[in-house]
Amino acid sequence: MLNEVLAKQLREIVGEKYFRTDQEALVAHSYDGTPMLQALPDGVIYPETTEQVCEIMKIASASLIPIITRGSGSNLCGGTTPLQGGIVMVMHRMNKILEIDMENLTATVQPGAITGKFIAHVEGMGLFYPPDPSSMKISTIGGNIAECSGGLRGLKYGTTKDYVLGLTAVLPNGSVIHTGGKLTKDVAGYDLTKLLVGSEGTLAVITEAILKLIPQPKTKKTMIAMYKDIYGAARTVSKIIKGQIIPATLEILDNTTIRVVDDFAKIGLPLDMAAILIIEQDGEPEMVERDIDTIFNICKEEQADRIEIAATREEAEKLLTARRSAFTALARLRPTTILEDATVPRSKIADMILRTNAIAQKHNVNIATFGHAGDGNLHPTATTDARDHEEVHRVEEAFAEIFEAAIELGGTITGEHGVGVVKAPYLEWKVGAAGIEVMKGIKVAFDPLNILNPGKVFAKETKKRVVIQHG
Amino acid sequence: MASTLGKPTIEHTNPLARTLLEKLDYDQLTNCMRCGFCLPACPTFKETGMEPASPRGRIALMKAAVDGLMVPDQQFEDQMNLCLGCRACEPACPADVKYGQLIEQTKEAIEEHAKHSLPVKVMRKTIFRTLFPKRGAMKLLGGSLAFYQKSGLQKVAKSTGMMKLFPDHLAEMEGILPPASSKGVVERLGEFYPAKGEAIAKVAMFRGCIMDVMFANTNVNTVELLSAAGFDVYIPKSQVCCGALHAHSGEMNDARELAAVNIDTFKSLNVDYIVSNAGGCGAILVEYDHLMKDDQKYSENAAWFASRVIDVSTLVVEKGRIPRFDQKIASSDQQKVKVTYQDSCHLRNVMKGSSAPRTLMKQIENAEYIEMVESDSCCGSAGVYNVVQPEMAGTILEHKMEYANQTAASYMLTSNPGCLLQMKLGIEKHKPEQPMTAMHIVDFLHERMIFSK
Repeated sequence: MLNEVLAKQLREIVGEKYFRTDQEALVAHSYDGTPMLQALPDGVIYPETTEQVCEIMKIASASLIPIITRGSGSNLCGGTTPLQGGIVMVMHRMNKILEIDMENLTATVQPGAITGKFIAHVEGMGLFYPPDPSSMKISTIGGNIAECSGGLRGLKYGTTKDYVLGLTAVLPNGSVIHTGGKLTKDVAGYDLTKLLVGSEGTLAVITEAILKLIPQPKTKKTMIAMYKDIYGAARTVSKIIKGQIIPATLEILDNTTIRVVDDFAKIGLPLDMAAILIIEQDGEPEMVERDIDTIFNICKEEQADRIEIAATREEAEKLLTARRSAFTALARLRPTTILEDATVPRSKIADMILRTNAIAQKHNVNIATFGHAGDGNLHPTATTDARDHEEVHRVEEAFAEIFEAAIELGGTITGEHGVGVVKAPYLEWKVGAAGIEVMKGIKVAFDPLNILNPGKVFAKETKKRVVIQHG
Repeated sequence: MASTLGKPTIEHTNPLARTLLEKLDYDQLTNCMRCGFCLPACPTFKETGMEPASPRGRIALMKAAVDGLMVPDQQFEDQMNLCLGCRACEPACPADVKYGQLIEQTKEAIEEHAKHSLPVKVMRKTIFRTLFPKRGAMKLLGGSLAFYQKSGLQKVAKSTGMMKLFPDHLAEMEGILPPASSKGVVERLGEFYPAKGEAIAKVAMFRGCIMDVMFANTNVNTVELLSAAGFDVYIPKSQVCCGALHAHSGEMNDARELAAVNIDTFKSLNVDYIVSNAGGCGAILVEYDHLMKDDQKYSENAAWFASRVIDVSTLVVEKGRIPRFDQKIASSDQQKVKVTYQDSCHLRNVMKGSSAPRTLMKQIENAEYIEMVESDSCCGSAGVYNVVQPEMAGTILEHKMEYANQTAASYMLTSNPGCLLQMKLGIEKHKPEQPMTAMHIVDFLHERMIFSK
């Protein structure tokens, strides 16, 4: 697919060092954070400017070379694994924060900027960018936009899509589009900004983003409620929302997760509890006090065994950081950790946990559950071993039933990780055949030659829905 | 971690791939789930921004070589050698992947297949087989170095520009070497030094080879500090080199031979703790159990040994009676003296000893402790890394010194001879605005220790 002439042209665009076809580069870009997926690309390219991206896309179009854009490759849906070969385009060199506009409260950034560093930068200026995926220490803004990442603050503040105001993006034919801008109101035509957010690198290459910033909340308070009964924890979640309190963070960890997280973070989590809730509220001091009081009482009503309020900001941060490590910490149990992303309406959290546990038992697989309970986004996570094919098959069957259950409860197959290749066979369950057709039409309009991240989002075949026994 | 399903059954034609398959712990390779949490912790990833130069990338390369997805070539070897071995990725890894073991196994495999040129072979043999394991040779080197430094030869060498004949980075290193000595700690203090006051525990000191030649004073000060903190200190004469440099260079068998001698020596003393004042040595000592796990004769005693190894600062803070320290204030300047600290990676990431040195520095009256940005990140010294990888080591040091200068501290303290020399070099090369002195934390504390009796 890649001959010497093309390689030479690509090297002329980005410089000798930044287009690589050596073994080392190919292997190191053959994977992302998704287990059990690996495929070698034909080349790896590191552009530095939008113009370079345009030139690269023209060559890719002319020669029908697949382009897979990626940031740090921490995604969990196989979205950046080059399953059909082609060129992996690493956006790390385009990592500048171009502008913080204090008058419009916007930031203009390049896609390779590390999310955590960007957040620290704007917080240093007294502003707030709420989307905080657990991987933010390493993930990039571009990757977050491509996958429409969520995080621990999604409940109150929304996810990445709620903070992207405008984009510069390169189409597969090399032309550049600018969508949105530093505008709060803009209804000129279809909302291409929203369309590109979460498009998983299948429509265009994002090379610049204008992000919305908001004022920093004045205070924060963090608490932890511990339960002997996981359903008490789940009912607490529903009751808090029903009580019209929207905490900034409302996370649930089951016993298995508590144990591995504490093994890693060593912060003295209660190992004997069936579940804990980590709850944070921010805002005006009086409101925070009032909300935390009310939540405290709800926790008690639902038989929380112990409730503690973090004494210092450091203590709270430790708790949240430990929670962010939950997914990888589960790898301490078994070599392969398959984390899923089933999401249900918030009132159905308890039902979903019950169903998940029953399904795990039925298929005899280990599934730990944690997640953003407050926004209904659960991460049932199977701990298994990729080398045990029979068990992995059972895990897959269990997950198919979990997705089915999520949809039955009015939920979705992915809340924040994206479809990629892993969820592609299930997408039709959520959006229907007509929905898929519309999406495919959009894909053709942007990328008629199908060179951008081919094989992702749309599966060759939809997986057959299993019939779930009710009652 | 649950039981293993074993390694793949592959017949490799490439000899290095075969050895990697044999040596690498396939479970650990599989445990890496590629989450990427290690990337921000890795100094070589920070400097290059390239995935292959990250722990996740290197593990992927190792696994690809074992799985037959790639043939391990020169680039593979170079990438593995670019790793500092600082192990900052380990505490950052929620999945608890033993990266340090993987890189050691890889280097051992590479070393087995290395086709060194004759001069390199001779040099390696001299260094690993003669110099480090043998006290006599080390002392002789110390003596010669002392002669070189004291006789005026060093001045002659410097003034004639003779050092310019050597590669830049070696010439730079030569310039910051401390006065060496052929008299080590045993020659000065004997093999036993009693506790001041009632003895809390019986400890044995690991004197190290570089430490005992280049920093013999530090060893003496360590013993006196331990004694003041309430410990009976033994310094067995028959101890040998820890084997860290051997292990990091892939010479595992040599490392195991040295470990066996040390285990026998310290076991016969039946001490409560084995004290190290060099993070680099301490880190391999504390892992002797892992090093000797396949040696039936030694595995039990190696576990005994490893469980007793502790860094001097940690021992003093956690088990000892902390002496009083006072920084005398210069009369013209009422400001407190500012002190900062560069972590020894191995003390921090392997021995988990990052808090005790800070506790001690904060105990000093009339001194102010200032935390340096990225004090937990490698300084680029990393054993012999600054000699074999001067370019990367130089870049890392340059960035390190930017943060060092921001502290405006007068003293830069360290807990390992390699780091100490590297910080001396950094101060020499990138002169801070205010005068800065690099010191081993023990020496700094010793100078300020108030002797009660």
